[in-house]
Amino acid sequence: MSSPRRSRLFAAKVAGARAIGALSRRSGRGGGTTLPGRVLLRAAPDAISRLGARLTGPRTVLSATNGKTTTAGMLASALHAAGRDPVHNRAGSNMAWGVATALIEGRGDEGLFEVDEAWLPQVVDELDPTLLVLGNLFRDQLDRYGELERLADEWAEVIAAREGRTGLVLNADDPLIADLGRDRDLRRRDGVTFFGIEDPSQALPELQHAFDAKHCRRCGSPYAYERAFVGHLGHYTCPNCGADRPAPDVSATGIELHGIAGSSFRVRTPDGDLDVELPLPGLYNVYNALAAVAAAGRLGVPGDRIREGLHSVRAAFGRVETIPVGDRSLSILLIKNPAGANEVLRTLRLEADRSGEGLDVWTALNDRIADGRDVSWIWDADFEILGEAVRRVHCTGTRAAEMALRLKYAGWPTDRIVVADGIGPSLDRALDDSAGRLFALPTYTALIELRTLLSRRGLATEFWR
Amino acid sequence: MSELRLLALYPDQMNIYADRGNVLFLQHRCEWRGIGFSYAAAGIGEEFDPEAHDLIYIGGGQDRDQRMVAADLVATKRDAIKAAIAGGVAGLAVCGGYQLLGSSYELGEERIEGLGVAALHTVREPGPRLIGNVSIEVDVGSGPRVLAGFENHGGRTYVDSGGEALGRVLHGHGNNGRDGLEGIVRGNLIGTYLHGPLLPKNAWLADELIARALEHREGARPELEPLDDRLEDAAHADAERAAERG
Repeated sequence: MSSPRRSRLFAAKVAGARAIGALSRRSGRGGGTTLPGRVLLRAAPDAISRLGARLTGPRTVLSATNGKTTTAGMLASALHAAGRDPVHNRAGSNMAWGVATALIEGRGDEGLFEVDEAWLPQVVDELDPTLLVLGNLFRDQLDRYGELERLADEWAEVIAAREGRTGLVLNADDPLIADLGRDRDLRRRDGVTFFGIEDPSQALPELQHAFDAKHCRRCGSPYAYERAFVGHLGHYTCPNCGADRPAPDVSATGIELHGIAGSSFRVRTPDGDLDVELPLPGLYNVYNALAAVAAAGRLGVPGDRIREGLHSVRAAFGRVETIPVGDRSLSILLIKNPAGANEVLRTLRLEADRSGEGLDVWTALNDRIADGRDVSWIWDADFEILGEAVRRVHCTGTRAAEMALRLKYAGWPTDRIVVADGIGPSLDRALDDSAGRLFALPTYTALIELRTLLSRRGLATEFWR
Repeated sequence: MSELRLLALYPDQMNIYADRGNVLFLQHRCEWRGIGFSYAAAGIGEEFDPEAHDLIYIGGGQDRDQRMVAADLVATKRDAIKAAIAGGVAGLAVCGGYQLLGSSYELGEERIEGLGVAALHTVREPGPRLIGNVSIEVDVGSGPRVLAGFENHGGRTYVDSGGEALGRVLHGHGNNGRDGLEGIVRGNLIGTYLHGPLLPKNAWLADELIARALEHREGARPELEPLDDRLEDAAHADAERAAERG
């Protein structure tokens, strides 16, 4: 038990960390989304559990390889539509210090935290969440996360330890995730909501190269896939042990994709159907929306508020943001791993088919720690599907030449590939060259550089605001 | 028209670091030169004809897949692989596939039998995984060259007596982080920890493999038509620089 003196000391540490955050933001140097948390965790390593315990309402934790920030944004939007304002690490800073920073600065009795996959066990332990939302697991930054199977094993331990204390929202279509919702005897755990896509017309024509769950988590036999929608997300069975896709409680049907503009679909839920107009593109965002709908339902948000929240959701930082730059427009789509990049490429292909015009593309491939220092993954993404649809592509970043090489071997005409140093000069040239709209595909640290550059030019607000 | 016949071993399991980039690279570089390219795969339980291929490729996999592959290699493909090597077929084994060439490797507490076609063995030692950009100096008969790429392995590999390492580590860890050696070479067979798409970063090695494969096919080493390799050279230079930065 903490003494009054210790409590006063802790309060002083929190106040100090908060002041540092305010200072760092005022100086315009950035870092405001992690610095207070870093400072506080150094002074008080148990800060997350102490601050988390002050949240008397629901505490939701959300993780996935792809879509964490967007899904959390959708869920926050639904909560806002219902007049609720959770403490939320909205800028996507999702390691321990990002969560701690949100706890220091947020007000409210409810929490919503996206958490990095590798940090999930520790943060769940400290935060004691009431609801855990798990979206997908794809190969990503193997130099940092290690093998996918090992990550899935760690998550399974987390879930087993939380039995009876934490509700679950799980993707039925990802076998690595769905299996977490069943016990050893394949019985569905208490308090699980499964979500999935029920629209066969959206199936991929063939399985993609980056396919991450070929073999049953339980028995090692190959899964039989009836169809796949995104990477290895789809309808599967295990012919050997019966660890089949669970029937989803929340599901999407009648999906129509409208290129980069978004999509419309119907969501079946236990509380009735919702017709959703989503302003974010691609099937991957349909999955994100399903996770948000399922979680919002568990948090007691009425259907019409969920619908309103999804309709008004804004793109998260660098996830299909469109920014006017002079008489051109710049659409930014983060790419960071094969599965995510494949969905971005599919969306661009749809856009090219709809508009009938060649695409102007700008890529920025960096190999810093937050990007994954290993750029091998670009050879697993299906850049082939754009090929002739591209009018011109400018490549920059610390590994620009390797990206250019990848595009050459994906069949993009070499006379349309330009390699240039420097994010700023390269972007300016690409904008000048473009016919009106430029699609920017940066990796994570390149996205931050791009965003800083744009805000310095007064074109975008700093993301930490 | 000459033709290169590639055999990929276990492309469904041993592809964790975008190994298909190597196949794609070889394919285009053959096709741009008017050399035919055919692709065949042999997966779990499938046998292959050692005389029907000129180049054999095996990549890296997750622990679980690699365990399955190790057992299957020994059970269904060892004799064919030995015959292919004896017949001068070119081979490239990367990362996990490289470990499987040796007499044995350790996975956790378990010691798993390997193919035993190259003089090496792989053990576990205390310490972190060996991860990072890496460059090595290599001489496979055409003068000293640099191979640059990325490594990510928990196992430590040692070249046994009678074996010859592929190269010396310039930057990075190599076989075990201790003896400064990297990879293995035995005739036309090359094994390395430089993982995933290493050929796109090292076009010269891709062309060396193509030349050796065609030599196997046609009996004489061909003179390969030069290609416009400006992007390839730039990507190689970036990979080398990344290894120097550490």
